Amino acid sequence: MARTVTKMAATASNPVPEHNWPRPDEPVRHKPSKEELLGFYRDMLLIRRFEERAGQLYGMGMIGGFCHLYIGQEAVVVGIQAALEKTDSVITGYRDHGHMLAAGIPANAVMAELTGRQAGISKGKGGSMHMFSVEHGFYGGHGIVAAQVPLGTGLAFAHKYRGDGGIAVTYFGDGASNQGQVYESFNMAELWKLPVIFVIENNQYAMGTSVNRSSAEDLLYRRGESFRVPGLQVDGMDVLAVRGAAQTAVEWVRAGKGPLLLELKTYRYRGHSMSDPAKYRSREEVQAMREKSDPIEQAKREIIEAGFGDEAALKAIDKEVRDIVTAAADFAEESPEPDPRELYTDVLVGKY
Amino acid sequence: MAEIKLPAMSPTMEEGTLAKWLVKEGDTVKPGDVLAEIETDKATMELEADDGGVVQKLHVEAGSEGVKVGTLIATIAGEDDEPAPPVEKAGVEKTVSKPEATPEPAASPEQAQAVTAAAPPSADPKAPPKVSPLVPEDGVPDTGAADGPTKRQTVREALRDAMAEEMRSTPEVFVMGEEVAEYQGAYKVTQGLLEEFGPQRVVDTPITEYGFAGLGTGAAMAGLRPIVEFMTFNFAMQAIDHIINSAAKTNYMSGGQMRCPIVFRGPNGAASRVAAQHSQNYGPWYASVPGLIVIAPYSAADAKGLLKAAIRCPDPVVFLENELLYGQSFDVPEGDDVVVPIGKARVARDGKDVTLVSYSIGVGVALDAAKALAEEGIEAEIVDLRTLRPLDTATVLASLKKTNRMVVVEEGWPTCSISSEIIAVAMEQGFDDLDAPVLRVTNVDVPLPYAANLEKLALLKVEDVVTAAKKVCYK
Repeated sequence: MARTVTKMAATASNPVPEHNWPRPDEPVRHKPSKEELLGFYRDMLLIRRFEERAGQLYGMGMIGGFCHLYIGQEAVVVGIQAALEKTDSVITGYRDHGHMLAAGIPANAVMAELTGRQAGISKGKGGSMHMFSVEHGFYGGHGIVAAQVPLGTGLAFAHKYRGDGGIAVTYFGDGASNQGQVYESFNMAELWKLPVIFVIENNQYAMGTSVNRSSAEDLLYRRGESFRVPGLQVDGMDVLAVRGAAQTAVEWVRAGKGPLLLELKTYRYRGHSMSDPAKYRSREEVQAMREKSDPIEQAKREIIEAGFGDEAALKAIDKEVRDIVTAAADFAEESPEPDPRELYTDVLVGKY
Repeated sequence: MAEIKLPAMSPTMEEGTLAKWLVKEGDTVKPGDVLAEIETDKATMELEADDGGVVQKLHVEAGSEGVKVGTLIATIAGEDDEPAPPVEKAGVEKTVSKPEATPEPAASPEQAQAVTAAAPPSADPKAPPKVSPLVPEDGVPDTGAADGPTKRQTVREALRDAMAEEMRSTPEVFVMGEEVAEYQGAYKVTQGLLEEFGPQRVVDTPITEYGFAGLGTGAAMAGLRPIVEFMTFNFAMQAIDHIINSAAKTNYMSGGQMRCPIVFRGPNGAASRVAAQHSQNYGPWYASVPGLIVIAPYSAADAKGLLKAAIRCPDPVVFLENELLYGQSFDVPEGDDVVVPIGKARVARDGKDVTLVSYSIGVGVALDAAKALAEEGIEAEIVDLRTLRPLDTATVLASLKKTNRMVVVEEGWPTCSISSEIIAVAMEQGFDDLDAPVLRVTNVDVPLPYAANLEKLALLKVEDVVTAAKKVCYK
């Protein structure tokens, strides 16, 4: 997956720039309690099963349009969400189902939105890419690549303006990291010391274009350097590494030291969207990732090794998750479509 | 001997305040030395010497306000010059306050160039001076002011007061944009706000339209009430994704649970001699988008009352100002709670023969046209739309019912315009009231040229409105 990077040798006339801007300490892999690790396992599994079912419903024609699945990336959102407080805000792009579940939004409301039903979290008017829950501090669900980055910076601006102690987590992908507005956001965030964690979920492929085919600087955690935004690269397939890095980032940002950039090295097993034939990578590459690096399998092994649970305990979690997902799918299939009158509601708030 | 005259330091400058002399009579100056500080309603600028020499005479006292562009302010004797005889002080009155009335519109060189070519020279000294078609005549009787006490204010001051009043009453309101704070606003619309509200609420941004429009939108999603100033709406094209995709669609896409109460404001439309990339009317663009409120006021009273309404509005608002109107004065109601409702047009002039529908700076053109038409016995009714979305079609149709003839007057391109929309509304909903096809008078359908003569040809003209109005009246 990673390519070999040939570094130009530093010479006297072309020295490697040195700086001593403040940086956080290297993150430490999280040492979880039993409840924590079992919780991470459950939350990741819920996302995995939910997305698998969404894929099936898509195949059955129950879900339309674009549908971007999060399978393979579960450790990222679960590890980061676990470090947040109720006052914090989260925003992401269109691969958002997992983020919503991790934020505590009921699976029924998410699945019913995917099937375009009245009971969906956006009353069926948003769909896969446009879901929000202010109640859960989840600000979308945005369909335009990288638009969520300045928006998330604005959420952080609001936290600072109000002085409420909250921070904003702004997720985006390796593809989005080449958009200009990302750097406009880095600049303002550092200039104004805004409490925002920029999380690049580097799943290696922007649709069909690999990072090394699209990025002059493919070490994405360094992308903030020109703006003095410190960056950390993290194994995004290891939920405990993610949780540890999130701790470092949250402490840094909440202390008022300004933004921080986390690059989470992760992988999506499925295509970019449901309509992606994924010809740009080999079956073997995907299979190797699944076998060696799967975040859920890794968590499962750790649970057993630590004696936090046995096969029976894990099976109970599996069953709980399956029941939730089955109920969500049934709910999403059985719920009525929006009333035709909903066509005209929510365009404007005020009456003019 | 060099005569230093007050230069026009910006395309629309007509006069300035000679704030301070940095030299005194008898001083020797070198080329590039700063002679004086000149304040305009937009900015304070330094006047430099072009040539070296001895300052022989300062003709205008420091502190003089209302010094017209072109006034002789200093004489510098070149090194070879003989000392000149003393010159009498030029007749510049030192005024205590800003002049009440707008300066004679044709007084400045730029405006003189812009005088409508076809306008016949007036022999009657009492007749109003013929003005640039885009600079409305001051002192129109109906400025939309409510009954009650009023004060004379420029559009610029009215906009500033609207923001300041809302910021005083609502802590969530803040203003951000390029040069809004320390510079006091590129067009001085935010003058004084930094001093009163501090840098947390009056935020200078980097030159980063896409970024700060998105940041402001995100802050609005979080429940703040940002006022995002674009130095001009031409630069907002860099940010249009956030205005449309992020701000306008949020409430709908979220099933009504996520609001975006934000105001995007700044000058829109043609300014003066700034050519194609800086001269465009975005009214039709934004007015085509469901989920947005689009406002384009003409008078200072409307600018203030509607901006206050926009800031209080729970929906995202695009608030289109006009640089050429900033310095125009109108009667504005006293008091800090006078709000003009969004979505309501105003009959700016009563008439029975033909309806002229317009908005923003076009209203001034329509008012001038109505005066000319009145001289020919045609009484035009003028509907100032004020809000472009939602459009007050009821007021337009009521006026059409009354006059049975209509011309739409728009400082902008004709194609897919507000004019197009009004004409469609007249066809769909007012067909039986029409005694003639509705006509539109707009800018020419080309990018705005720089050359003075071409620019004049490209822009909306009073006489074209007069011609169109007579045509629909079959006269």
